[in-house]
Amino acid sequence: MQLVLTKNIDGGGKRVDFAAYARSGGYEAVRKVVGKLAPADVVQVVADSGLAGCGGGGFPTGRKWQAMPSRAARPGPRYFIVNADEMEPGTFKDRYLMEGDPHQLLEGIVLAAYAVEADEAYIFVRGEYFQAIAALEAAIAEAQAAGVLGGLTIHVHAGVGRYICGEETALLNSLEGKRAIPRAKPPLPQVSGLFGCPTIVNNVETVCNVPHIVRHGAEWFRGLGVGDEAGTKIFGVSGRVNRPGVYELPMGTSLRVLIEEFAGGMRDGFQLRAVLPGGASTGFLGVEKLDTPMSVAGMAAAGSRLGTGNVMVLDDKTCPVGFIRNLQHFFAQESCGWCAPCRDGLPWVDQILAAMETGQGRQSDLAVLADMPGRMGPGKTFCGLAPGAMASLETGLKMFAQDFTRHVQERVCAWA
Amino acid sequence: MLTGEDFSARGPAAAIDCLRALQKERGYISDETLAEAAAILQMPVAVLDEVATFYNLIFREPVGKNVILLCDSAVCWMLGREALQSRIFERLGIAPGETTADGQYTLLPVVCLGACDRAPVLLVGETLHGHLDAAGVNKLLDGAA
Ligand SMILES: Cc1cc2nc3c(=O)[nH]c(=O)nc-3n(C[C@H](O)[C@H](O)[C@H](O)COP(=O)(O)O)c2cc1C
Ligand code: FES
Repeated sequence: MQLVLTKNIDGGGKRVDFAAYARSGGYEAVRKVVGKLAPADVVQVVADSGLAGCGGGGFPTGRKWQAMPSRAARPGPRYFIVNADEMEPGTFKDRYLMEGDPHQLLEGIVLAAYAVEADEAYIFVRGEYFQAIAALEAAIAEAQAAGVLGGLTIHVHAGVGRYICGEETALLNSLEGKRAIPRAKPPLPQVSGLFGCPTIVNNVETVCNVPHIVRHGAEWFRGLGVGDEAGTKIFGVSGRVNRPGVYELPMGTSLRVLIEEFAGGMRDGFQLRAVLPGGASTGFLGVEKLDTPMSVAGMAAAGSRLGTGNVMVLDDKTCPVGFIRNLQHFFAQESCGWCAPCRDGLPWVDQILAAMETGQGRQSDLAVLADMPGRMGPGKTFCGLAPGAMASLETGLKMFAQDFTRHVQERVCAWA
Repeated sequence: MLTGEDFSARGPAAAIDCLRALQKERGYISDETLAEAAAILQMPVAVLDEVATFYNLIFREPVGKNVILLCDSAVCWMLGREALQSRIFERLGIAPGETTADGQYTLLPVVCLGACDRAPVLLVGETLHGHLDAAGVNKLLDGAA
């Protein structure tokens, strides 16, 4: 099993410092490329590699970068931004990468900024990630002293908490010191991003892949996946499994291999009932889908999404209604309030589910809930927050129909 | 963070950095601090308050010396975060949103702390504690006291 992004990380929470990173071949790609290869050629390598965004959307990174106007076409400030907000419940991969090997991220930033001709970079990291922030700041100081950042300025911006900050245009507003409310697209951030300037926003894991692609080539990267999709992926498993944690495996590894072989299967006395394969914004998959490859296309074909690739396992001793209520409460609380369906619809869902949990649910509530995904699904709201919320609600209502009905008819939670 | 930087040079764009820095120094953003920050940033107080009140981690009310952020998202819920909350209440007499009378502790719920593989988890100040149960909360509070 080839480890790429996590090969330097021992998992004990210790940071790889500059010297250790350099010994492992670190910053070799910067020396190979900066000032030697044309920026457009770096973009091309990344495009050819098949790298897809790891922030949840799976958008091809090369294509995103190609939409950035050239410096000749758009002079003036240009920004490269790393999205390290990571507030999607069930997701803990970016923390691992930043705490363990911050220089890998910095090298990725230097290369990416070179490719899109940005002169300033920001890492937008959630404020609760104290250890990651400290690791990044120490690494930036080391890299600056070693002269590997060139002329690039890298700021670490510690956020002050709202899930919506992870949505890339809301993130831009937050970086500008405003409320984190999403912006209309178009214009794309590449055209009008931070302070109206050309801007790229990429996820931590996406950026960490860049040094390896530049060093070893697009073909090598494509060969790392087991199916049609490229690279390795930082998967995560949480819930009642024997070895919850972070696992770097080939893109396209099956859910079963991830959960049973790597996470060690279910704890004694518990059975797997369903999973959310890629964080709170993805739809439930049942046991019969465990052989599905964890890839963007594989998960889509199975009726869910790869999302962040961090799997939440629901066991047979946990009330699925309570689990879904917890998820919906999160989304209702974190809605930024900008568009009406999300602002009013999500609290409505939350209230209905709360009532069901305490035995106050009515039969007619089930129809109201079933109607919600059609009103807050993709295309119905300003951004992706509410559609993300609807994924687990829509699939959960179907998969756990009996549990919902029992809550309503017997007016108690069987698990309470 | 942009430490040591002159916030006034960046104007309203520095609002969040400035509030965060002031809160670190003073614990929370009082009306007086808010007005002070608005003057530094050269922006109306009401506009700055709009920003301050939007974010979960900017405190507009006093908090205790130690802020406990207890994860209330799905994995921690599944693996027993309610027991942690109950034990904190038994020991300190505070429910989420409350501060102990001696001003030592404030308990706040927080969304997924990105440590679900160590659920249930909480932060005390800047330190993350994982794999907790009620006994672990006891140990934590005894150690910190
Ligand atoms: C509500 C919401 C929250 C999001 N949170 C994050 C996040 O925490 N981290 C992240 O990388 N992307 C997040 N995204 C996706 C970003 O909008 C964006 O697609 C991503 O950062 C692009 O990077 P990538 O192409 O490298 O994946 C979120 C999207 C939505 C709608
Ligand atoms: S759910 Fe508590 S840390 Fe993720």
